[in-house]
Amino acid sequence: MIRLVPNQSDQIERSGLVTFSFEGKPVQGHAGEMLVSALLRAGYLNLRHAPMDKAPRGAFCCMGLCQECAVRIQGQTVEACRTEVAENLIVERI
Amino acid sequence: MSDHFDIAIVGAGPAGGNAALTAAQSGLRVVLLDEQPAAGGQVWRGKSPSILSAPMTPETKAGNDLRHAIDQSQINHMSGTRVWDIRRDGDKWSLQILCDAQSLQITATSVILATGAREYVQPVTGWTTPGVIGLAGATALFKQSLSLPGDKTVVSGTGPLVFFVASEIRRLGGTVAAIVTPNTRADWARALPSMLQHPKLLARGGVWMADLMLAGVPILWGHAVSKVCGDDHVTSVQTQALESDKQGPIFEADSLCLGHGLIPQIEAAQMLGVPIHHDPALGGWVPDVSPDGVTPVKNLYLCGDGCGIRGALAAGLQGTLTGARVARDLGKTAPAPSIRAWQRAAGFGKAMTGLSIVKPKLEALTSDDTILCRCESLKRSDIRAEITTGAKSTNAVKSGRRAGMGPCGGKYCQTVIAALIAKETGKPIGAIPPSTPRPPLRPVPLGQAAGDFHYDDLPIPKPAPL
Ligand SMILES: Cc1cc2nc3c(=O)[nH]c(=O)nc-3n(C[C@H](O)[C@@H](O)[C@H](O)COP(=O)(O)OP(=O)(O)OC[C@H]3O[C@@H](n4cnc5c(N)ncnc54)[C@H](O)[C@@H]3O)c2cc1C
Ligand code: FES
Repeated sequence: MIRLVPNQSDQIERSGLVTFSFEGKPVQGHAGEMLVSALLRAGYLNLRHAPMDKAPRGAFCCMGLCQECAVRIQGQTVEACRTEVAENLIVERI
Repeated sequence: MSDHFDIAIVGAGPAGGNAALTAAQSGLRVVLLDEQPAAGGQVWRGKSPSILSAPMTPETKAGNDLRHAIDQSQINHMSGTRVWDIRRDGDKWSLQILCDAQSLQITATSVILATGAREYVQPVTGWTTPGVIGLAGATALFKQSLSLPGDKTVVSGTGPLVFFVASEIRRLGGTVAAIVTPNTRADWARALPSMLQHPKLLARGGVWMADLMLAGVPILWGHAVSKVCGDDHVTSVQTQALESDKQGPIFEADSLCLGHGLIPQIEAAQMLGVPIHHDPALGGWVPDVSPDGVTPVKNLYLCGDGCGIRGALAAGLQGTLTGARVARDLGKTAPAPSIRAWQRAAGFGKAMTGLSIVKPKLEALTSDDTILCRCESLKRSDIRAEITTGAKSTNAVKSGRRAGMGPCGGKYCQTVIAALIAKETGKPIGAIPPSTPRPPLRPVPLGQAAGDFHYDDLPIPKPAPL
């Protein structure tokens, strides 16, 4: 099929895969990519529960404003859309 | 740290970046602050370290040029730095910043706010389901990590962004289930004269569209998403024709990119006393500012999409105008660029922004059981009840129901709540201003706001979702 917008996914060179954990389960991601990208790829969309109705929530604005992607790393609340993947990172729901 | 600069610029996008370059060229001491790891703003967001090499795009090239120019200049660029408060301190400005988990203060004679825009999403039932991300937000995933929102994505929203996002998904190897846009072909025909002035952008858009058609991706004009289904992730997306109210196709998908235009981020300007007015053609509430960035507040300047959505090209040109103006106001010689180029670019940007003015039929898809305030899970019926019992302003709804006091600081509910108040009270939307902004301007974890200075009376809302 003719494509005017070529699929360039195989022309992208990425850093090596590293393993971190989300809720105790191993997840692979490229070192330095945004945590949210690695979690989405691994199928972890539900990153937290809304405080009032406990409904599942996941990354929404992707620019550090909505706080829907907030996760806990080493006791700190961080935004998964602004945090880079690193080997052995322990990521938990808040 | 306590350091004084001639100019502090908040935001290193096309606007702030160009303002900084121009001001620094005149010999002023400039600090350029941005929470992102690299300059470029939203449109030219830099790649994360995970990308070792990738095909060049026009956005990457423009961003690289700006980043290179900043690196070569005398600008003190503080990346990864959040500005969370700005106050008048005698004859200077004092800025509270958060950098490397440390709270610091810097001072400056003049401040330029170039804080850009955020996205508007008209709430629809199910929009809080994981897998629904902003349409503009999706571009952040593409630019930063060249990653996809999911395996199969419905792309829905207004303006050119919907086609750009769909095209990027295909370029990165993903699948677009459908494009659903509230705009009609007639809306686009009306925008065409302004687009003809930018044949390159027009041609690029033409390629996106033709590619999607060749690939057989359904494009639903004059349609919107009426409901998102799925429990802990998106499973399908329902659509509706806006004019006829007829139900449209249901698409199975694991993700939805949803967005209805951009809103200028005016909180800092508003907090510092710049008057605002409502202009739908510029994205809603905008500060009073001249083309070269002058505001009624002494030594405070604004430029870029943060003072009206005119697009990246106009933002860069206004940055240059503003940088030169501040330099001259501080006694330096700087060329006074013509405002003609900015006016032309702004005309194009405004035509694109016009495509995102929310139509009543789109607004009507927000039902009583749709969540409006994501932070507090407040439904439209909750907010309506509050309005009925007397809350006639965004401030009143905020104090009554905490809508706008959650971790996002009202950034994703204030606009829709104001529209609801206007509707329920029969007032024009221009009579319902956004609530009074308070620091922090950006989310700050409590532990980090303390820093090494005293800020006793700072009303910091809870820092992150509990
Ligand atoms: C998520 C998103 C994606 C977009 N993608 C595109 C696109 O692909 N193509 C396009 O044509 N337009 C896009 N836009 C529109 C955008 O507004 C552009 O027109 C352009 O980026 C505007 O330039 P600017 O310099 O005015 O603002 P921006 O480029 O938005 O730059 C503002 C900068 O200020 C920083 N900032 C704001 N507040 C603070 C603070 N308190 N502390 C520290 N830093 C702060 C932000 O990190 C940002 O880098 C996008 C907008 C959004 C919101
Ligand atoms: S997705 Fe909104 S803060 Fe990360």
